[in-house]
Parts: sequence; structure tokens; C-alpha cells
Amino acid sequence: MFQALKNFYHKLGSFPWFYKISGKVIPFLGFFSILLIVISSIWGLFFSPTDAVQGDVYRIIYFHVPAVSVSQVIYYSMSVAAAVFLIWRMKMAGVYIKSLAPIGAAFTFIGLLSGAIWGQPTWGTWWVWDARLTSTLVLFLFYLAIIGMQSTFASRKSADTAVSIITLVGVVNLPIVKKSVDWWNTLHQPASISISGESSISSEMLIPLLLSILGVYLFVFFTGLLFMRAEISSREQNKEWFKKLSSNN
Amino acid sequence: MKQHRLRRLYGVLFIVFCSALAFVLVYFAIRDNVNLFYSPSDLFENPPQGRNAIRAGGLVEIGSLRRSTDSLEIEFIITDLKKSIAVNYTGILPDLFKENAGVVATGYFDKNKMSLDAYQILAKHDENYVPKEVKKALEK
Repeated sequence: MFQALKNFYHKLGSFPWFYKISGKVIPFLGFFSILLIVISSIWGLFFSPTDAVQGDVYRIIYFHVPAVSVSQVIYYSMSVAAAVFLIWRMKMAGVYIKSLAPIGAAFTFIGLLSGAIWGQPTWGTWWVWDARLTSTLVLFLFYLAIIGMQSTFASRKSADTAVSIITLVGVVNLPIVKKSVDWWNTLHQPASISISGESSISSEMLIPLLLSILGVYLFVFFTGLLFMRAEISSREQNKEWFKKLSSNN
Repeated sequence: MKQHRLRRLYGVLFIVFCSALAFVLVYFAIRDNVNLFYSPSDLFENPPQGRNAIRAGGLVEIGSLRRSTDSLEIEFIITDLKKSIAVNYTGILPDLFKENAGVVATGYFDKNKMSLDAYQILAKHDENYVPKEVKKALEK
């Protein structure tokens, strides 16, 4: 079992293997993620019941929650990759961070924007400097820093090392984003979905929400693999295996 | 694990530790300002000094809302079910503002009258999402 895991780990580090396998799963991921997003959007926007307090404006939840949730998960996964890069010097981890950072930044931005659009009619303001909103903005800034640092180094290896360090520095912010609504007085409400206990959102509203979360996660897998392939082909364009691959096609 | 990898693992842990320490120190230094608003109990215990604007938050006490008949002026009481303070405000209210719902009011605090002269009212939404029909059925 351990040996199999170890083999898989070594394969993950191999660019030709990754390039071959990812090419096979990308069409399926693309199809199912977009299908799920379309279904959950139509379900959430037209068929799920109207909220008793907020009215129809609550439907922004079907975009807001998947976006902010995936933006945090991407950052966690990037910090694992950062540790892998620093300890094992696995080049694939550097490719992973570089490819996923723009996706994470985009979803954090969607989360902030959709939250502001929801906040204006419900709270009465677009933005407030409470702990949840501010720490999410900090997460967005860490993403921007990671993206910006990629091009400030002459060598690929130093860029990947520096980016890995800044990624690890930012990971401490994530528990703060998560717990801010419990630790301090905030305008933002606590979580409605609970894994351990009972969710405080009715099941008719929850099912399309879970579908939309699943759809967005698959979409991130889809775009993540696409971006990684693009990054690999730009880094490896002069290598034998890549030339052979391109001449075959 | 090989020696040089172990050393780098310690390096990684050290980075995370230092960063965590930095975040903890920052949040410790600004702990009083991280809270978005004071509850009425906070205001009774530690009335704010000076003339800066503050935010007070809690529930709009049931039956406390008074609207002026010829202007946008309103008066109500914010309570945390232990202490309460009076608030007056002139202007447009957010959609979710109502009695027994969460509210955050920004304005100037009068220590002598324990009242807040608010210039901004924000409604606070809770984590409960209930369909209209279900709520109607529950209230019957």
C-alpha cells in the first residue's frame, strides 16, 4: 500500500506521465463541471424556494459560497505543494502553484464581488471592515503577491522557491478567515453549512448549493489541469519527450 | 527521510511558525479593534472615551421602534438581552432592518444618556435560510 502511494507520488512528479494522463481526463472534467454548474445555477436561480427574510437576493449564495469555499481550498492545496517543493524540490509542485494561483485569485475576487452585491441590499453597504471581509481581502492580496512574484526572478528555480515561501507565510491567514466570524463580532454571519451538525439552511436550498459547490470544484480541477499543461509545455518545450510528442501530433 | 530533506522540513515548519507568530502578535495588538461593533454590555462596562464615532450592535428590541410621521427620523433600542441603549437615526434603512433582527449602528455615543446618535444603520443577517412557505407554516 505504502509502496503504491510512493510510486504514485513519484509518477506525479513526472511531466510526461502527467501530460498524458491529464489529456485524457480534461474533456470529462470539463463536460461534467459545466453541466453541474448549469444545472445548479438554473435550480438555484429559478426552482429553489424564496428565502423568508431576504427574498430572492439570497440566490447569490449559489455563486458566493462555492467561490469563496474553493478559493480557500486552492490556497491550502498550494501550501501543501509549497512544502513539497521546498522539501523534495519537485518541479511539478512549482508548476502547480503557478497554475492554480490565478484561478484562486479569480474565485476570491468572485467571492468578494458577489458578497458586495449581496451586502448592498441586505446589510445596507457594499463593504465593511469586519474581520471576515478583511481577512478574505488579505487572502486575495496573497494570491496577487504569488502571481506577481512569479515574474520577478531570472531563474525558474528561484522564482518557485520564493513563491513557495510566500505561499507558506499566507497559509496562516486561512484559519483566521474561517474562524473570524466565531472569534469576533462581525457583520458577516456564521457558516450555514455544517458538516458535523445540522445545517441552518433548509434542505431544499442546500441541495442545489451542494451541487454548485461540486460543480465549481470540478471546474477548478478542469481549469487547473489545463493551466498546468500550458505551463509544462512552456517549461519543457525544448525537452526530447515534448518534441517527440508534438511531432507525433 | 534523508538528512537534507529533514533539514528542509524543519525550515518549512519554521516559516509557518514565524508567520503564525506574526499573525498572532498583530491580532493580539489590535484585538480591541478587530470587533466590528460593541454590544450594549460592552458600552456599559467600558464607555468609549473621546468624540470618535463608534459602532453598536445587537438586536432591535421588540416594540421599541418609533417612526416619525413627517420625516425619516426613527428611534429604537439596541439590546443584547442584558443591557440596552437607545438609538436615533434619520435616513433610509436597509431592507432587512426590523424588530427582533440584528443591527449594527454607527454614530456618536452619549455617555450620560447611554444613547447613540447614528449616521449609518446596517442590518445583520443571521445564518438561517428558511423558505417563505415553511416560515408561514411555522408561524400558524
